[in-house]
Amino acid sequence: MPKKSFRQAINEALAMEMRRDPTVVLMGEDVAGGAGAAGEDDAWGGPLGVTKGLMPEFGRDRILDTPISESAFIGAAAGAAATGLRPVAELMFVDFMGVCLDQIYNQAGKFRYMFGGKAVTPMVVRTMYGAGFRAASQHSQCLYPVFTHMPGLKVAIPSSPYEAKGLLIQAIRDDDPVIFFEHKVMYDDEEEVPDEAYTIPFGEANLTREGDDVTIVALGRMVQFANQVADKLEGEGITCTVVDPRTTSPMDEDTILECVEETGRLVIVDEASPRCNIATDVSALVSERAFGALKAPIRMVTPPHTPVPFAAELEDLYIPNPERIEEAVRSVMGHQA
Amino acid sequence: MSEAASIQAITMPKWGLAMEEGKVSAWMAEEGAAIDSGEEILEIETTKITNVFESPVAGTLRRRVVAEGETVPVGALLGVAAAVDTPDDAIEAFIADFQASFVVEASDAAEAPEPEMITVARRQLCHLRMGPEQGPAVILVHGFGGDIESWLFNQPVLAESHRVYALELPGHGRAEKNVEGLDVATLAMLLADYMDAAGTGPAHLVGLSLGGGIVMKLALDQPERVTALSLLAPAGLGPELNMDFIEGFIAAERRKEIKGLLGQLFADPELVSRDMVDKVQKFKRLDGVKPSLRDLADSVFPGGHQALVMKDQLASLAMPVQVIWGDADAILPPAQSEGLPDNVQLRILEQIGHMPHMEAAGEVNRLIADFGD
Repeated sequence: MPKKSFRQAINEALAMEMRRDPTVVLMGEDVAGGAGAAGEDDAWGGPLGVTKGLMPEFGRDRILDTPISESAFIGAAAGAAATGLRPVAELMFVDFMGVCLDQIYNQAGKFRYMFGGKAVTPMVVRTMYGAGFRAASQHSQCLYPVFTHMPGLKVAIPSSPYEAKGLLIQAIRDDDPVIFFEHKVMYDDEEEVPDEAYTIPFGEANLTREGDDVTIVALGRMVQFANQVADKLEGEGITCTVVDPRTTSPMDEDTILECVEETGRLVIVDEASPRCNIATDVSALVSERAFGALKAPIRMVTPPHTPVPFAAELEDLYIPNPERIEEAVRSVMGHQA
Repeated sequence: MSEAASIQAITMPKWGLAMEEGKVSAWMAEEGAAIDSGEEILEIETTKITNVFESPVAGTLRRRVVAEGETVPVGALLGVAAAVDTPDDAIEAFIADFQASFVVEASDAAEAPEPEMITVARRQLCHLRMGPEQGPAVILVHGFGGDIESWLFNQPVLAESHRVYALELPGHGRAEKNVEGLDVATLAMLLADYMDAAGTGPAHLVGLSLGGGIVMKLALDQPERVTALSLLAPAGLGPELNMDFIEGFIAAERRKEIKGLLGQLFADPELVSRDMVDKVQKFKRLDGVKPSLRDLADSVFPGGHQALVMKDQLASLAMPVQVIWGDADAILPPAQSEGLPDNVQLRILEQIGHMPHMEAAGEVNRLIADFGD
């Protein structure tokens, strides 16, 4: 099977669904390389080259460069979805959600419910998230907990290229609004990705490692770190189950509970700000429904409650890293009940 | 014979194209024990499967070089066999020499043969060819839901002396997903067309499960193409089958369901590895796979029974025919092997499930390699 980058996997998912279904359209800032700008069309191929090649194949009728007005084009995508298209809108950085949130959560997210199931809103919002890109406080946040909080939205956070392609195709075929999170430092990650189209169902967690001692729940980029720690500690006889929920809405609660019931110890790794994030949510789930299985207090590995720093040294300190995950795993292993 | 020549290395085998290292999960022979060639002496765990390793040499097991739980690269020294009276220092010198000259071979993935697409009767199939050009031809045909990798323990071993082809049928592996108009008889015709397209010439046909039914049908219809017939837990010998398994396999999406189902294929469900489950799950997520498995099952197992039973016709076959079946097969009942005609050699393997070529790879490889040549 050929190796592909995360970027290629996303590009391939978009292209394959656009070929399969003429109602799929793309819209966003610079997705076609800047309408009306001087120079070659599609020269950039999107902000980080993700949509390159799509405009020449599908034309400007389906690849829509929009003005720098998220409130306008995210709203347009919601309306287009409610009236028969399957738009994939690109909210360049999720940090910009502040200017278009009404269109997402109060409009798109509520159409199905408020129109008694007669309206569907098959809309995808692709968006970049995450720290480590030296992009400062306004372009580095995670914010998926915010969308997870809002009923009517689905939230996907792929952890690898294979996952990205299958989850994005699923998102495009889904009849509800899906917020699709792409970590900006993962675009060059590579792994084997099938050439064919495939879907990964929402609400089904993936176990990237299976062990007996500690369950590590991790999201997006943090799955890689959790895997590294699991592999390292296996050499010492500490075996970990790593759970990648894949989607935080819907959330595969059963798998998380089953894994904790087997291992009795839980570490949650979340790159989002620590208050009201997915780590606290999973922690509440397990405390309420699997408390009796716990052999040690739950540990959460998260950033501090502060904006993402711009200084490189501070940004590196801010992001959860394998060393902190390893420390947390060792601490739950060492806990004396 | 010099002492050095009588000392023999036991090294980590290479099971399948992708295997680079293996873990010795258990030794089954003590130092000082007499071991026979073919005797199970080790249990080796790879990312794909855990399997027993049969000694390639006979003698006394003088040293276990690798301890239980250690992971070493393919080709690394696992143990040393020699005569019981070979001096210890000669053994030590042999080990020191081996270790000094051992280099991990760069992954030979670049030169290893790769599966290739092949057009057969206007269908896109996939096959993998291995082994010497002048060797006798063997063709491996997988079962329902299988693919080329089903033969990872068999094809490389048989290819030491045979020209071995593994084929992927429509709806499976990398082959096209269109299975319209296919049943056991038309699949047998497609196999004949494949033999022409790949230029195999007459061949020893080896079929597993549904693949067994397909090669049986081809041997009956066009015997001139078949030099020998090896039927592993074959379809085509009785109407019954475990339809719950087939329905479950078609429907399963979650890894737990898939793991449980794959466990039914083996007498020892522990053999099912994470990789095996992953691979099946990834295959089943591809567009078109589920409907094609559904259509194929409806065509070859209509109403939950095998559509084509050929037991009565086997007596007419002039080529050597053998049936290999595990007595713990939970998918196709081994009782269907009762009452086979005299020209068919029956080999029942004890405590083996529906995957004899994996669960008893060494024995099945010998039975195939020695048969019909």
